[in-house]
Amino acid sequence: MSDNTPSERMDANAVDYWRASIRLIFICLAIWFVCSYGFGILFVDALNTIQIGGFKLGFWFAQNGSIYVFLALIFFYAARMNVIDREHDVHED
Amino acid sequence: MDLKTLTYIVVGLTFALYIGIALWTRAASTGEFYVAGGGVHPIVNGMATGADWMSAASFISMAGLIAFLGYGGSVYLMGWTGGYVLLAMLLAPYLRKYGKFTVPEFIGDRYYSKTARLVAVVCLIFISFTYVAGQMRGVGIVFSRFMEVEILTGLIVGMGIVFVYAVLGGMKGITYTQVAQYIVLILAYTVPAVFIAVQLTGNPLPQLAFGSKLSDGSGYMLDRLNQVVTDLGFAAYTAGNKSTIDVFAITFALMVGTAGLPHVIVRFFTVPKVRDARSSAGWALVFIALLYTVAPAVGAMARYNLTTTVQTGVVGAPDGNLSYEQRPEWMKRWETTGLLKFKDLNGDGRIQYYQDKNKAFAEKAASFGWKGNELTVDNDIMVLANPEIAKLPNWVIALVAAGGIAAALSTAAGLLLVISSSISHDLLKGTLMPDMSEKAELMSGRIAAAFAIAIAGYLGYNPPGFVAQVVAFAFGLAASSLFPVIIMGIFSKTVNREGAIAGMLTGLIFTFGYILYFKGIFITPMADNIPANWLFGISPEGIGTVGMVLNFVVAFAVSKVTAPPPKEVQELIEHIRLPYGAGTAQSH
Repeated sequence: MSDNTPSERMDANAVDYWRASIRLIFICLAIWFVCSYGFGILFVDALNTIQIGGFKLGFWFAQNGSIYVFLALIFFYAARMNVIDREHDVHED
Repeated sequence: MDLKTLTYIVVGLTFALYIGIALWTRAASTGEFYVAGGGVHPIVNGMATGADWMSAASFISMAGLIAFLGYGGSVYLMGWTGGYVLLAMLLAPYLRKYGKFTVPEFIGDRYYSKTARLVAVVCLIFISFTYVAGQMRGVGIVFSRFMEVEILTGLIVGMGIVFVYAVLGGMKGITYTQVAQYIVLILAYTVPAVFIAVQLTGNPLPQLAFGSKLSDGSGYMLDRLNQVVTDLGFAAYTAGNKSTIDVFAITFALMVGTAGLPHVIVRFFTVPKVRDARSSAGWALVFIALLYTVAPAVGAMARYNLTTTVQTGVVGAPDGNLSYEQRPEWMKRWETTGLLKFKDLNGDGRIQYYQDKNKAFAEKAASFGWKGNELTVDNDIMVLANPEIAKLPNWVIALVAAGGIAAALSTAAGLLLVISSSISHDLLKGTLMPDMSEKAELMSGRIAAAFAIAIAGYLGYNPPGFVAQVVAFAFGLAASSLFPVIIMGIFSKTVNREGAIAGMLTGLIFTFGYILYFKGIFITPMADNIPANWLFGISPEGIGTVGMVLNFVVAFAVSKVTAPPPKEVQELIEHIRLPYGAGTAQSH
């Protein structure tokens, strides 16, 4: 049994919650960066040597693929955050 | 029925719909006027955000830009969608939790400073008016081409419609009109794209069609397009002609600028909960992606159609080019607007369309008896002329006209609302007249909206020569001024008043100065706008990225050597980081 006061336990929980949120944001933004700036810009020439159907892969990421990745990322983030909110008991209603 | 009558009917019906919605959703309180009462469903808000965000530039100009830039156009596709990831994860949920009405209000409270709030108001007004001028120009183009009325008449009608629903309805009226406008604009954009995709490739999904084989059996569409344009001396469609660092910087500035645009951020103040703000950003991107994934297909197909319409046979053969006498109807119609021009330089009565700035090809062209490129096509007509180029029925053309107007009006209304709320709420109520009653504040908001509409109309009628260039300004300033201070306001407890003000001013002045230096908006440019002169090889369009970095660096440095933020501000930051206990948006 810890002798922390309720408000201190709450603070520790808030710090923990914030750390979990930042970790999730970091993971999501890493994927965000790799799929748009990486595949679509920095490594576009290398990926363009791969052709799928009528698309050069780098060109496809720059013009279509990155947008699908962005979409998936936001919904993944929103769903994960709902879980993290509940785990730390900071969810709404 | 002729095209003009049909266009009047379709556009008239959409206008009646917008006015009907406005009368049904009148705002009765400041809460309804600023944030629609805070009870908008996340999917509805996502759709409204889609219309709010997709402007005349997205609808009319973007696919045309992509058509002529090829891979280079990717900066707009990634830049104008990737910002929603930043919005969903870094801004929207926290600003929603904070639960006030405007972006400058957050900056003022977080940095416990009226000066910071006023600097934010100045940035907001400059960004938003820049943007509005572009929307009004879009309305003017559509009216003058499709309705064959004077631009002034078109503008007055457009301003009148916006006046009714923005002034009466406030954010509540705007939200539900934007939903209707989204439906009109997305149909207007995708229906012609599907038709053209089927004509060219037999695949009805435009997103797949531009990676499919052409129906005429000549191979994959993009391979064929590369062939057709390089045969005429142009750069290959799927290859870029900008430096990697510049593409990187422009994309980044557009993404961060998107996330820092006040009229977009404020849409997330209207949903009931923090978790709704997160998912609503996702829904917004769903509705935006419906247009943005189709746009590159429209661009590629339009470029292919245009090039093969003009270059009918073998390059260099005497009868390989379209005869001017036999040019299609749509070319004649767009010639009258001045947005498409033909000049028969070699006097052979045929249209030569090629890249005459490509030295090697220009020499070859001279041996064919060509004396320079004879056709100039404005980016802005590609989407509007597309249904005519593809010989689609008149009702599709009328729908495109209504879609263009919907895109311009929905964005204009969102911008006018943030301008009027920053004047009535931040400037009057927050600074000059704090004792003002809610009723007086609501009235001043309406008066400010009416004035803003009048100024926007004026800017649309007398577009300052720089309208096309100022888009760089809007995004660059949002990226270098508002975005960093909002992010630091949430994710740092140490950045203080002095740091934020110094950071904002550094980002603002640096970015403003750099664009002015090369583009010379009010003055003559001080240097040629060419890569050799640019800082790190970054063009004025991408310089907001550097401005943003400077803003962060200066803010942290200044905060280190000045007093930390007071205790109640640190508590405010802790409060906005936790979702529970978010009420609807409040004025106090």
